[in-house]
Amino acid sequence: MTSVGREHQAGPASTLTARRPLGDRSFQVLALAAGLAVLVILLLIAVSTTQQASSWFSAEGTNVLSSNWNPSANQFGALAFIYGTAITAVIALVLAVPVSLGVALLLTQVVPYRWARPVVYVIDLLAVVPSVVWGLWGILVFAPWIQNIYGSVGSGVQGLPVLGSLFGPPTSGASFFTAGIILAFMITPIVTSLSREVIATVPSIDREGAYALGATRLEMIRGVVLPHSQGGVVGAVLLGLGRAIGETIAAALVIGSSATITSHLLAPGYNMPAVIANEFGEATGVFRSALMGLGVLLFLFTIIVNVLARTVVARTARRGRGTLWHRSPPSGRRWTCASPARGGAPRTAL
Amino acid sequence: MENPDPNAVTTNLARPEPSAGQQAEPAPGEVIFEMKNVSIWYSAFKAVTDVSLSVREREITAFIGSSGSGKTTVLRSFNRMNDLVPGARLEGEMWYRGVPLYGKDASATAVRRRVGMVFQKPNPFPKSIYDNVAFGPRINGERHRARLDDIVERSLRRAALWDEVKNRLRTSGLSLSGGQAQRLCIARAIAVEPDVVLMDEPASSLDPIATGAIEDLMRELKSQITIVVVTHNMQQATRVSDRTAFFSVLADSSNDTRTGVLVETGTTRQIFEDPRDSRTRAYVTGRIG
Amino acid sequence: MDLREPRSWRRAKNRVVTALMVLSFVLVIIPLGLVLFTVIAKGASVISWPFLTSQIPPSVLPANAGGIGPAILGTIEITALAAVLAVPLGIMGAVYLSEYGGTGPLARLVGFMADVMTGVPSIVMGLFIFSIWVLHFGFSGLAGAFALGCLMLPVVIRSTAEMLKLVPSSLREASYALGATKARVTVTVVLPAALGGIVSGVLLAIARAAGETAPLLFTILTVTAANPDVFSGANTSLPSQIFVNASSPYVGAQARGWGAALTLIAIAFILMIAARFTTARFARYAL
Repeated sequence: MTSVGREHQAGPASTLTARRPLGDRSFQVLALAAGLAVLVILLLIAVSTTQQASSWFSAEGTNVLSSNWNPSANQFGALAFIYGTAITAVIALVLAVPVSLGVALLLTQVVPYRWARPVVYVIDLLAVVPSVVWGLWGILVFAPWIQNIYGSVGSGVQGLPVLGSLFGPPTSGASFFTAGIILAFMITPIVTSLSREVIATVPSIDREGAYALGATRLEMIRGVVLPHSQGGVVGAVLLGLGRAIGETIAAALVIGSSATITSHLLAPGYNMPAVIANEFGEATGVFRSALMGLGVLLFLFTIIVNVLARTVVARTARRGRGTLWHRSPPSGRRWTCASPARGGAPRTAL
Repeated sequence: MENPDPNAVTTNLARPEPSAGQQAEPAPGEVIFEMKNVSIWYSAFKAVTDVSLSVREREITAFIGSSGSGKTTVLRSFNRMNDLVPGARLEGEMWYRGVPLYGKDASATAVRRRVGMVFQKPNPFPKSIYDNVAFGPRINGERHRARLDDIVERSLRRAALWDEVKNRLRTSGLSLSGGQAQRLCIARAIAVEPDVVLMDEPASSLDPIATGAIEDLMRELKSQITIVVVTHNMQQATRVSDRTAFFSVLADSSNDTRTGVLVETGTTRQIFEDPRDSRTRAYVTGRIG
Repeated sequence: MDLREPRSWRRAKNRVVTALMVLSFVLVIIPLGLVLFTVIAKGASVISWPFLTSQIPPSVLPANAGGIGPAILGTIEITALAAVLAVPLGIMGAVYLSEYGGTGPLARLVGFMADVMTGVPSIVMGLFIFSIWVLHFGFSGLAGAFALGCLMLPVVIRSTAEMLKLVPSSLREASYALGATKARVTVTVVLPAALGGIVSGVLLAIARAAGETAPLLFTILTVTAANPDVFSGANTSLPSQIFVNASSPYVGAQARGWGAALTLIAIAFILMIAARFTTARFARYAL
């Protein structure tokens, strides 16, 4: 006891009520400021882009949503691009979601854990490929190759009632459908990873309950796994949708750059991020403002989809049995939420 | 609906027909599970060694013993749930009603259709109470609405849960209390009219009143269904079971391994009042375990 | 007693679905394999030390003329600057969420908005920086760094916050019990404990930022001359250059594009492997 030097002893009792040291308080202020920075930046994005787009809104008025896009005639109706964004996103989801879900189920229900881990690494590899590389490959390799297939399909279904108007000519390697396919490749890793993590939280005791009743694996999946994880899977799909809406460069390279509204999916088209990427450099005046306005719309749509995704997940999570995501790094996007079933406090940040 | 006769045989969920050449409906006391020199491994770990025992029709057989003695492992081997564990392996011979349980001609899903299971922690599906009970009949092909209603009501009555939930069959199974949830799981298991129900410490997570309800249920079900129950609670074993098997841990100090072994089986009265093996005596009189 | 499978219909359905799942896996692997194979095959023939260091020639020139040196320089400069901007801010934001904010409404809002921000398209970030910076101060690598930084920020916040939350509270309590202030505890105990995971997350955020093109389109104004001054004047980067070359009709430019793509993927993979390595080496509390 006496070996403890005086400097280690606590000071007089009056220091117990002293104010917190300056360093401690400034650190807290810094942390708070950093947190607020997120809100400030989001606000600034909304405000500055809308302000830049204002001359478009005032010039076009309600024609903002018309299908007339003719920059040389000063007409800037955005409908064709909204249509294109919607179409390519839908195509991407239709292609990517079943495949992603299939892989997620395969990795969690069928494949033994030891084999699943390298496969997961491979899927994460898919996520690391930059979008410009997808675009490069898409326009230089994939589009020329698939053009022939489109040609045969197009002439084959020409004239048929529904298929003809969807897949009939005109066809082109760079088209809505090609963009949809490339987008599907790009959103698959994220939908797969998130779905996989949700599905993995289904407690094995529930799965055993189904097996113990004599269910086959499919029946167990339908009866227990899917109901359990549906919230999280919906959230994963919505996040994939958000990514598909906003993905710019790959789409810009392979979509065909033709502002048309057509049911022919194999024809060249355009969507919001692509036209911004391709035309902004040369645009001035109202044209530039219009492109900025498309950016505002893009921002709005992705915010809505993202908020929806996370509220869906949070709501099903609150209902109790583990449809929460828990994702440990590393990968492109990360968010985790402890499962109450595992003893962590339920987090509402998701 | 008037009180349906719980003993009535249903249509396509009938008890498996006895095949030609076999006796119809063995009398109570006949052996329906037979194990001979069975050892079970989980990868390199030998969970149980050289177990030989038999389970008799329409009795309640209790497995007792300390933790790690392999009771649950042996229980799960009866409905091939160990198949779900990667690296699990069984050596020896097991028969269910004369058919090799792990033979080529036996499929796990067919076995589990006849040998049901209730788990330690209640695990209702995230579905309505109705859909929980109807799950088994549905996957076995029952689609007719009226018959499903019938089966659900009958199973819930047998599980002594009907009166408490009859007005909220559509609410989630997750909204039930522990004791109710466990009775729901029992109702779910008996909805497919199984031959045997295996129970892995069914009351261990429940309060004493709920435990009492489960034990009453077991006694009522035994007239039609053979029950094998693993329990840590010796009083429970004496209260409900007809026969008891006592398991213990065998530690091999030479290579520092532990494995489960079957020490003794017999009628419950004999095991608890006049055990033959000293380890059994030590356990049931409370000196160990 | 018949213990054989009761209905072949159920088993057939089970088998079909399993086959579909395997098919899905194949469908996922094929494009990845194709892209990697093509990039490696076409890029490897172009890559050489001179290629990585030479100036960018006019597009019309053949593949062996010039290289992508300025683009690599630009990527390194701009991404590094973006990291310098985003990482400290992101870590402090995560510190707020994990240590100070608690479960209060502001912290929940910040956390929610940070997650939402990860979904903002990268081109919108570019438009944003164009509006508030480029219009006033012109194109520069700095503007590009701002845009990339905005992309990285929410990712760094999220991953760091999760790592901090994994640090057991007993560690913090032990430090408090010795009389340390919250700031000191955070800086000297909590952050070091989570360091492996934080670094790993940052590396991945950098890998993602290095591959982004859209935010740079309107902030650095892709040029071909090398510009070591990241604070003024237009610049270039690997993804920007690939984008330009991909739309070029000239074979030489396209070949240089493949070479640049291979370089970019190599950088991204190296960062990803470094991230996993860091996680594995320093994972004490990480999952």
